Amino acid sequence: MKTNKLRLDSRFLPLVGTIAVFLLTFGYGSFAYRGFFSAQVFLNLLIDNGFLLILGVGMSFVILSGGIDLSVGSVIALTTMISAALIEHRHWSVWQTIPLVLLVGTVFGAFMGWLIQRFRLQPFIVTLAGMFLARGLCYLISIDSIAITDPAYVVISEARYALWEGAQVSVGAMLAVAMLVIGIWLAHATEFGRTVYAIGGSEASALLMGLPVKRTMVLVYTLSGFCSALAGVVFTFYMLSGYGLHAVGSELDAIAAVVIGGTLLSGGVGYVFGTLFGVLILGSVQTLIAFDGSLSSWWTRIVIGALLFVFCLLQRAFENKR
Amino acid sequence: MQSLFKHRLFWPFLTLVLLLAVDATFNPGFWSLQWRDGHLYGSIIDILNRAAPLALVALGMTLVIATRGIDISVGATIAIAAAVAALMIGGDLVIKDGVAQRVAHNPMWLAILVSLGAATLCGLWNGLLVARVGMQPIIATLILMVAGRGIAQLMTDGQIITVYYEPFFFIGNGFLLGLPFAVYIAVAVWLVLHLLMTRTALGLFIQSIGINPAASRMAGLPERLITVCVYAFCGLAAGVAGLVISSNVKSADANNAGLLMELDAILAVTLGGTLLTGGRFSLAGSVLGALIIQTLTSTIYSIGVPPEINMVVKAAVVFVVMLLQSAEFRAAVRGWIVRPSAGGAR
Repeated sequence: MKTNKLRLDSRFLPLVGTIAVFLLTFGYGSFAYRGFFSAQVFLNLLIDNGFLLILGVGMSFVILSGGIDLSVGSVIALTTMISAALIEHRHWSVWQTIPLVLLVGTVFGAFMGWLIQRFRLQPFIVTLAGMFLARGLCYLISIDSIAITDPAYVVISEARYALWEGAQVSVGAMLAVAMLVIGIWLAHATEFGRTVYAIGGSEASALLMGLPVKRTMVLVYTLSGFCSALAGVVFTFYMLSGYGLHAVGSELDAIAAVVIGGTLLSGGVGYVFGTLFGVLILGSVQTLIAFDGSLSSWWTRIVIGALLFVFCLLQRAFENKR
Repeated sequence: MQSLFKHRLFWPFLTLVLLLAVDATFNPGFWSLQWRDGHLYGSIIDILNRAAPLALVALGMTLVIATRGIDISVGATIAIAAAVAALMIGGDLVIKDGVAQRVAHNPMWLAILVSLGAATLCGLWNGLLVARVGMQPIIATLILMVAGRGIAQLMTDGQIITVYYEPFFFIGNGFLLGLPFAVYIAVAVWLVLHLLMTRTALGLFIQSIGINPAASRMAGLPERLITVCVYAFCGLAAGVAGLVISSNVKSADANNAGLLMELDAILAVTLGGTLLTGGRFSLAGSVLGALIIQTLTSTIYSIGVPPEINMVVKAAVVFVVMLLQSAEFRAAVRGWIVRPSAGGAR
């Protein structure tokens, strides 16, 4: 697997395209608006979209394996809800709450993965039911939003660590970057990652090669469940409240980020690293619209839809060429 | 008797009957119908009226799913159709001969036509992406799902557009011969589709595309054309549902009109016994599915649990239905039941 050639490997073309689009978007903003080109604006992309990046890492593995996970947004809502209820109503500490919610998310993902693998059910419909279930469970806890006033949570939420003068990151952003690094390591340096790519390429061949297909399929959804819960923890820090309507539609944003990041929806092709740029592109579009001030928020949705369309078209072109 | 159990609509029908029985137990006045001002009133009529938009969307979705596709943009299409209709009709206060009157911006027939046209265009766009470009259906329709609501918000400028024009309310609130007009629309669409599917070869074509698209093309079927038409029809059906919904609430809300409708519609289709893997489909089953979902909602209200529980119940229903549809699950259950008794006999 040595790529010491001077010519760019064609496998990296979609990734390079994504990075170019990000540089163009960010570059356009820097030219068009004063104060856009700064390290803090860039780091704010990570602070504001940290939860989306974590979701995207989990979703990358699911899509690489040829599946889809629609439950991630509602698992975020469930995590914020459980956290808020335990902290505000039962007076649990941060260190008791976070492991529990991470466990809930992981078990939730493992259960869906088991259903998908054991009974050969379609990932789309299983995770759709999981989405209903998680949102419904939120309302079982409380119909109204619960604000978090626990001092420890507020301290973590407001903590900013200076990288250098005038450039700060939040705990959520650091967790997101850590998850990204773990994701890249899992995808490219472990047996699990190799097996995910193999399953996405052809499940039947992976089985014939003697790879642990069954275990990996369940693990992929378990990982996505864990990522969703971690994203929920980050989202709780960000919003400081628990609410059943938190993160509505973020599963679509996560899928969009993965697709824009150059991962093929048919599975088997793509990089977790690309998802970072998918998230950054979505974030810069939002920031651009906020900087402009004259454009309304719905332009974000239209632009994301248009970007999705363009990248899907490009994907088809790449697939046809191969 | 045996053939009754084997009939595809047996299980959905049984579910509906059981739910209705539960309703009747908790709410003694459930079956009572009243004749007031020339209209029929009662819980049953209410369920029929509220299930009509969902049934319309489910009918379009059935055909899409039968061709191995899926359309998750119907909610956004509903929002667009509702926004177009509400914007074109509006309703200005005009004083004519000393009497205050509400007048539509445009003739109502034109508004309805343009609104349905816009919805069909949405479906056509999906169809072209799936059949021409060759995208996976879920992703092709995801694009419109994300962008569609943005477009609807753009049209209404993010506001809820209220309609003040009496004749428009008839679509969603009117009664014809004692029954809600929306029910007639749903039944008419179902009847037309049913005739198209059973009296012409179209039904067979759609099934064959769902079972094996490549083989259907080899056999000389205009596979792409049919796929595009099916998606366009799904958009049209969602547009009709959008008109019914906006007329019912006398306004168009780009944010919330038809929200999560795509999930309910897919649920209705699955409940009706159509497999998500394409092929065999049942239009009547999907209508039954829509009725089941609406009855379930009213059951939850009549038992007196908070309506928010609805989502948990729906999730449970989906889990049970999809497990029952899985051949692996049925084999596993057979294994669990048979094995202990076989061990006992030894």
